[in-house]
Amino acid sequence: MATQVVPDPRRNRRVGLYAAAGALTMLGLGYASVPLYRLFCQVTGYGGTTQRADATAAAGVKVAGKMIRVRFDANVAPGLPWAFKPQQVSQDLRIGERKIATFEARNNSDHPITGSAIFNVSPEQAGKYFNKIQCFCFTEQKLMPGQDVRMPVIYYVDPAILDDPGANNIEEITLSYTFNETPESVASRQRGGR
Amino acid sequence: MATIPANEGFDAHDHAHDHDHDHKPSFFARWFMSTNHKDIGTLYLIFAIFAGIIGGAVSGIMRAELAEPGIQYLGWWTNFVGGNATDFNQTLHMWNVLITAHGLIMVFFMVMPAIIGGFGNWFVPIMIGAPDMAFPRMNNVSFWLTFVGFCSLMMSAFMPGGTGIGAGTGWTVYAPLSTSGSVGPAVDFAIFSLHLSGAGSILGAINFITTIFNMRAPGMTLHKMPLFVWSVLVTAFLLLLALPVLAAAITMLLTDRNFGTTFFDPAGGGDPVLYQHLFWFFGHPEVYIMILPGFGIISQIISTFSKKPVFGYLGMAYAMVAIGVVGFIVWAHHMYTTGLDVNTKMYFTAATMVIAVPTGIKIFSWIATMWGGSIEFKSPMVWAIGFIFLFTVGGVTGVVLANGGVDDNLHDTYYVVAHFHYVLSLGAVTSLFAGFYYWFPKMSGRMHSEFLSHLQFWIFFVGVNLIFFPMHFLGVQGMPRRYPDYAMAYSYWNKIASIGYVIMAVSIVIFFINILYAFLAGKKAEANYWGEGATTLEWTLSSPPPFHQFETLPVIDDAAHAH
Repeated sequence: MATQVVPDPRRNRRVGLYAAAGALTMLGLGYASVPLYRLFCQVTGYGGTTQRADATAAAGVKVAGKMIRVRFDANVAPGLPWAFKPQQVSQDLRIGERKIATFEARNNSDHPITGSAIFNVSPEQAGKYFNKIQCFCFTEQKLMPGQDVRMPVIYYVDPAILDDPGANNIEEITLSYTFNETPESVASRQRGGR
Repeated sequence: MATIPANEGFDAHDHAHDHDHDHKPSFFARWFMSTNHKDIGTLYLIFAIFAGIIGGAVSGIMRAELAEPGIQYLGWWTNFVGGNATDFNQTLHMWNVLITAHGLIMVFFMVMPAIIGGFGNWFVPIMIGAPDMAFPRMNNVSFWLTFVGFCSLMMSAFMPGGTGIGAGTGWTVYAPLSTSGSVGPAVDFAIFSLHLSGAGSILGAINFITTIFNMRAPGMTLHKMPLFVWSVLVTAFLLLLALPVLAAAITMLLTDRNFGTTFFDPAGGGDPVLYQHLFWFFGHPEVYIMILPGFGIISQIISTFSKKPVFGYLGMAYAMVAIGVVGFIVWAHHMYTTGLDVNTKMYFTAATMVIAVPTGIKIFSWIATMWGGSIEFKSPMVWAIGFIFLFTVGGVTGVVLANGGVDDNLHDTYYVVAHFHYVLSLGAVTSLFAGFYYWFPKMSGRMHSEFLSHLQFWIFFVGVNLIFFPMHFLGVQGMPRRYPDYAMAYSYWNKIASIGYVIMAVSIVIFFINILYAFLAGKKAEANYWGEGATTLEWTLSSPPPFHQFETLPVIDDAAHAH
């Protein structure tokens, strides 16, 4: 009526290793999600990630008749001794029209600080259509003690926004920046006698 | 049938006393170095009951605090863990510590150890006719990792956690609250506790998968396995694929906190929303990890006490597979208010609602199993029917919350709290009690009192409904979750919920009296004390089963074990 137990430990080990490999793969995918997510945000404008355009591509953009208002918002990370504000509250422009906005930053501390600005737009659906041709946020900004700078952003809103049923009723876009001190700047400041 | 000659040099166990069935190792070796699946299952169950008492007591403090508007008891507990209650922020932080502890304990140290570690370890090998798990020593490692993880979590409650003492991040451990918002070792210890118990669960999952694939008795094909074994198999795959993602996410949290990485810090190019995606990619399968074995238990019980095979066996098995698969692609329904695009919301709404289809298959198949059956209302059956009712209520509110538009209003309100407690606290826990009364005499050899089991059910049923049903009203009226205080307008239903907690607590006391009764005065249990409806392999063994079972494998006969 019965058979003797003859389990094959090699078979068990094989299946066990396959399963362990599956778990390790998922661990790897967890980490791979970091660069993949960044790429995904850049491509889709997810989370209000804005687009970057070069001047030649921007030159071919047709200007549509519809007006849109762009508001500006400027912040600094907690603990960063900078004053940072837009020089205009908002701008009205035609969709597709190129416009320049300026921001002003001042280092109120007694030491040089390098900062970089992170940005997004709200509502987030507009991120895909908000194109920057030139922006101070593309590079790091180094401010000497007491230095005051004006920084330009050249941008336009892609007329394709009018064909997107999820975004064509947007009448106002807020462009927001937050300045953070770069990790290198923090490190060099700490090396420099703190 | 032919008997294959015993191969003496090739035994299933490392034990020297393989041929002596009931010779057990000494106490210390048996319980602290155990490689026996039944003993490890028992350890898991005792551990889960112990953790459940702590997690349940924490919710008792919460319900006491919420019984009236204002802050009544948090100050005392702030001082208890070593904080300073004169600092009101520390007192409020204590609330966050309590909700965090309650969530983490109940999910990782009560439901999972009980339903997978406890019942899974006990009955999966027996139900497939295997002598033990595939990797008995790894099984032991799994248990002790879980235990040490629990110790780590308990220690975190007495360490500085930023605003106050203890980790106050919620069970989701969202950045930036868990990174720059919680300075101090408490959150590190809480995260480490998740690492340990997660590692234990992954090892357990590997063990279950190997056992179920490789160690089934002759004739026990995949399509003849009892549904409880199917449920544990699907659960093991969910654990294997979901937990490593959590491990990755919380490791990133740890390095963000301690080693200057910026995975979730915008200042360095990270994004806190990425943490939410990673967490819920784990977190949504996790809720099925907690409920699927419960589905399996309920299927066994309904079939036993209707004295019929389960209606639509293959549909039931593959419904669980479908729930497991679809469970991986719906995670962002936990994140509707993070600013998802309307198309993304539409996808996640639709995908989430799709899960109602296999779940509906299961509910209707259970009812169809009972239909025309010779139903006996023994205690496990009563709990199982209670499960079907309570889980369906939670499922219906789940369909409501699945709607991205509706969720914009209900997100983080008590409606959500009501929903997930109906499926977990009432669903999973009810299935745990059902399974407990179904198998307790099998595990212990002693019959519990049917009267006390029924009494516990009815008191529990009234109590939990009083706690959680009013939370629907509170949520729709806009009461937010995760606050120790509320406006006067919410006091009526909060009072009722707190009264419900006391009633529920009485039922838990009856549960312990029942266990005590069984060990002191319970009748000896026969091999098959539930009678003709109980057809799976555990009923062919004595109660309790011998220390080593199936050294000669049972052969599964088509007629006897047809589903």
